[in-house]
Amino acid sequence: MSENGLLTVAGLSKLFPVKKRTYSLRVRNFIHAVDGLSFSVERGEVFGLVGESGCGKTTTGKLIVKLLDPTAGAVLLGGENTASIRRGKPLRAFRRRVQMIFQDPYESLNPRFTVFDTVAEPLVVQNRHSVAERERAVAEILVAVGLAPPETFMFRFPHELSGGQRQRVSIARAMVIHPDFVAADEPTSMLDVSIRAGIMELLLGLRADLGVSYLYITHDLAVARYMCNRIGVMYLGKIVELGPAEEVVQNSLHPYTQALIASVPVPDPTYHRQPGEIKGDVAAPIDPPARCRFYPRCPRGDKQCEEVSHPPLDELQPGHFVACYKASAQSRG
Amino acid sequence: MALLTVQDLTMHYRTKLGGVHAVDGVSFAMAEGEAIGLVGESGCGKTSVAMALLRLLPDNAQILGGEILFEGRDLVKLSEHEMRKVRWRSISMVFQAAMNSLNPVYRVGQQIIEAIQQHLSVSEREARSRVAEHYNLVGLDPKLMDRYPHEYSGGMKQRAVIAMALACSPKLIIADEPTTALDVIVQDRILRRINEVRAEFNMAMMYISHDIAVIAEVAERIGVMYAGWIVEMADTVSVFKHPAHPYTIALMSAFPSIKGDKRVLAQLPGEPPNLLAPPSGCRFHPRCPHATAECVDEAPRLEEIDKGHFVSCWHPQRRSQ
Repeated sequence: MSENGLLTVAGLSKLFPVKKRTYSLRVRNFIHAVDGLSFSVERGEVFGLVGESGCGKTTTGKLIVKLLDPTAGAVLLGGENTASIRRGKPLRAFRRRVQMIFQDPYESLNPRFTVFDTVAEPLVVQNRHSVAERERAVAEILVAVGLAPPETFMFRFPHELSGGQRQRVSIARAMVIHPDFVAADEPTSMLDVSIRAGIMELLLGLRADLGVSYLYITHDLAVARYMCNRIGVMYLGKIVELGPAEEVVQNSLHPYTQALIASVPVPDPTYHRQPGEIKGDVAAPIDPPARCRFYPRCPRGDKQCEEVSHPPLDELQPGHFVACYKASAQSRG
Repeated sequence: MALLTVQDLTMHYRTKLGGVHAVDGVSFAMAEGEAIGLVGESGCGKTSVAMALLRLLPDNAQILGGEILFEGRDLVKLSEHEMRKVRWRSISMVFQAAMNSLNPVYRVGQQIIEAIQQHLSVSEREARSRVAEHYNLVGLDPKLMDRYPHEYSGGMKQRAVIAMALACSPKLIIADEPTTALDVIVQDRILRRINEVRAEFNMAMMYISHDIAVIAEVAERIGVMYAGWIVEMADTVSVFKHPAHPYTIALMSAFPSIKGDKRVLAQLPGEPPNLLAPPSGCRFHPRCPHATAECVDEAPRLEEIDKGHFVSCWHPQRRSQ
């Protein structure tokens, strides 16, 4: 993986303690929500994290924007380790460069703040602008996110806006300080279809205009294919496949990605999908054994997969990484 | 003869601000064993249609006109007492967020047994074996009957709720977003299983969803709803391959797919209308690229433009996708 990326994640892990019994005193078990994740996001790139619920994609997003602290590993922003950033000035400087867009625009906006208050808040926190500058910056960004003319929206409250407009406000809040990097956690999954396309186009347009990079977190492979340059597919805290979006969708090599893609309904009634071969259900990754995480459900797994540790990401084609012993063996002939 | 005929159904919600025109002049028919899909965005009235069929409407809802003929009887005119016999026995429903519709303090099997005994005069033991049968049908281990809802995963709860809807062998099942909260792999398995069961027992099925990809795979015929109207209704292939209503066309091209070439998604300007004061004439005209003066003045009727292909539009489009 390239070293000159804007954001590099190296061996990132997050364990959450769980108690097996409600009243037990000591915590002996851990959910391995994110387990040794490594990837990097280039300047101006949209990097997608896809996976089912509970695979750790949202936790990864929160670790990157420092809403959570990692158990192990590091997040490098422009080559600098962000682990030592805790509070005060360094954290403010960090937040000026890294922002987040949340999934639910009904919950992520303060109901007592007007649109102006919400969008100006990052500028207030950063405290680098005069009042006149703030007003100009808010008006500019509202136009950029399609809430024009800004005067008609600035003094409305969230309850006076539709879902699509609210999500535009939360995008404006993230973009108003011109960050380098935005983690977008399912920004369109709560929205209606006719609104969704508009928000997706808006995010892509802002990338072109402001040069921002995204970590785009979604469960929807079709959306990821549309939005992202590269996709990482996650399963129980691990990236199992990573590569250019079209490559991963059209020419997936990991059995989990293949099963996932085989399960996505296709909006074409003349197309007949074959059911994916995958067994059982997702288990919670509480102290998982060292073997491949996907082994219990894998149609291809054998004795070898059970006995050795989780496979490393292996570059099988240029830029296309897969963590599967069988796929590696196959590609080497 | 059609199993279900809905004719000019009109239903409004009374609110402090006035009447919400949730369902306006909706007509369609369903044959026995047929699978139809109602698609549309939130607030288009698709769930209201389903609730009206079962007469499970909140107190402020009023059915202002039209009829719902089910096996020749008008459900609108039935008393609540008579309606209770139709509900679940003849028409059952899988609710949106069904995983939350199980009672957390009863064993799951017991809840289904209760539903069966309410409608059929069978002994507890017979009801139990019936539940076990339906558990097998939906792919659940019958041993799970004596567990509580919190011991089920999301997909298992959804299967249990489907087993409950099947329990009295109804003629029609209404499934309102049956798999929306589930992951794709689980969704795929459940939809496949429902399809198999439906074919085996020749049950009619009405799917309600915002996801046109899901509807494309499960429905034989599709009704597209917008702002309380059915704007287009046809067999699934026609709706997808030759959509005629500008809204249907926009909906189809706003959906990304993982198959085929990557194409630019079409954006629809504006937002769905406020149904307290719906637009004059055609309700889609403020967002429609083909709107003319006629569209603003007069509401179009649902007309047959091809065999079995109904469109409510003054300027139906002729093009293939």
